[in-house]
Amino acid sequence: MTWETVIGLETHVELATKTKIFCGCTTQFGGAPNTHCCPVCTGMPGTLPVLNRRVLEFAVKAGLALNCSITRYGKFDRKNYFYPDLPKAYQISQLYLPIARDGAVPIHTDAGDKAIRIHELHMEEDAGKLVHDPWIDQTRADYNRCGVPLIEIVTEPDFRTADEVIAYLEQLKETLQYLGVSDCKMQEGSLRCDVNLSVRPLGSSELGTRTEMKNLSSFKAIARAIDYEARRQIERITEGKRVVQETRRWDENKDASYAMRSKEDAQDYRYFPEPDIPPIELSEAYLDGLRAGLPELAQAKRARYQADYGLPEYDCRMITSDKALAAFFEALVALGAPPKQGANWIMGEVLGALSARGLEPRDMKLTAPTLARLIALVSEGKLNRNTAVKVFEAVFDTDGDVDAYVKEHGLEQVNDDGLVREICAKVLAANPRSVADFRGGKDKAFGFLVGQVMRELKGKANPQAVNAILSQLLKG
Amino acid sequence: MNITAELVDYLAGLSRLEVQEGDRQAMTAELERILAYMDVLERLDTQGVEPMSHVFPVKNVLREDEVIPSQAREELLAGSPAPDGEAFLVPKTVE
Repeated sequence: MTWETVIGLETHVELATKTKIFCGCTTQFGGAPNTHCCPVCTGMPGTLPVLNRRVLEFAVKAGLALNCSITRYGKFDRKNYFYPDLPKAYQISQLYLPIARDGAVPIHTDAGDKAIRIHELHMEEDAGKLVHDPWIDQTRADYNRCGVPLIEIVTEPDFRTADEVIAYLEQLKETLQYLGVSDCKMQEGSLRCDVNLSVRPLGSSELGTRTEMKNLSSFKAIARAIDYEARRQIERITEGKRVVQETRRWDENKDASYAMRSKEDAQDYRYFPEPDIPPIELSEAYLDGLRAGLPELAQAKRARYQADYGLPEYDCRMITSDKALAAFFEALVALGAPPKQGANWIMGEVLGALSARGLEPRDMKLTAPTLARLIALVSEGKLNRNTAVKVFEAVFDTDGDVDAYVKEHGLEQVNDDGLVREICAKVLAANPRSVADFRGGKDKAFGFLVGQVMRELKGKANPQAVNAILSQLLKG
Repeated sequence: MNITAELVDYLAGLSRLEVQEGDRQAMTAELERILAYMDVLERLDTQGVEPMSHVFPVKNVLREDEVIPSQAREELLAGSPAPDGEAFLVPKTVE
């Protein structure tokens, strides 16, 4: 039998606000345990949470960018559960009237284009962190993360493969980063993902029993966990056993998932309307203002680069995969760099240098004017491409002065044909054997002679000029 | 709705409460009476009445995204029966 995997995602994204969702404590990552807390976020009696204006704005922006309809009259709800990661014993979330609904995210995989439907997007607060201390066999509770603002984005069960899931997450991450509403750093937990998965015979329209997988902290872990869980469920059904609806935890080290107990066991959240937060009513003018302020997103940029600059789709995807990289490219073009050359430098040297140093584009020191100058020097024939790459490596880490470096190291391309001719003649005279080889039909000898000329000129000659002059002399 | 001893135990479990044998009987009866009152409310005709989500006529109460200093940690931990100077200590809950 052929099986089909059906997947839905719940993604938690931490919003890039300065303060928590309902109080003025900082959201900064790290910090000594329990130093970013106050009576509001630790749920002391008599305190009153007040919604952060930015959280609302970011959530609406995200909803708009994910093609959702925005809820004009919304409110918060209380989700009750007793667990030490939550000192209030309830989480303020949105169940009945989430801020956004019914969106769609277009994705692109090797299998083609597809749209993933968004069921809803809602605002909520994060919980604290529990770390078990084996020495004292007790759990330490750190409430710094309590009240950090999150949006949870829930999809319909529209995924069929791990590839589609990864494509969606990359698209989501890209969109939210472009919007500036989240930095989406998986390693710091600002993008977390739960995978709901079931299997069914291909062609069936009924959904199988699903499991939910948590603790997926990288794209790689997500892909492996999906493969593992689909296989596990198919095996069970084939053996005549049932799939049990449960929450499973992915163990990255063991490459396996196992059923969780405790908090996730038999949940009954007893939701009710949050009495501390008054309702939210959004005016058309408010929404228009946010719509007008939405930045150009990656997809629109890709289309524009293809249309205006004639760049191949592959180049457009590479460059727009990161907001800072796209901004760098646009700055290069604005400084007069030919778009295709700018793209080549970015995809080759820039990404290479970043990856060799383990840096993100936003952390790059090199500025667009520096690279634009280097590209101009190559276009003007003052540097050859190979020398330019060496200069690039030299100035990359400090955004050094290209002209000064070229001058200091005497790297300017030799465009003096008389000098090149002289050196060529000298090289030919010194290598009669190679000249004879070449004339005897050994093309390889030509490359050797070019290399000798370049060496004499310390690599600064224009390779085309050397080729032309050498050919001419050898013919003569 | 019929309140059974099992349901009382289930609710107590969700609320992390330990219910003594004698109290359970009383609670069962009390919960029955509370829910019976809901049946009275059920008899009201709410046709055409808009559901209310908040009792005060206020909306859009928002604050600016500006950091204010957090509470001193000693003060925060002072109310805990078992702090270790940095964190609250609770019985083992992490698997």
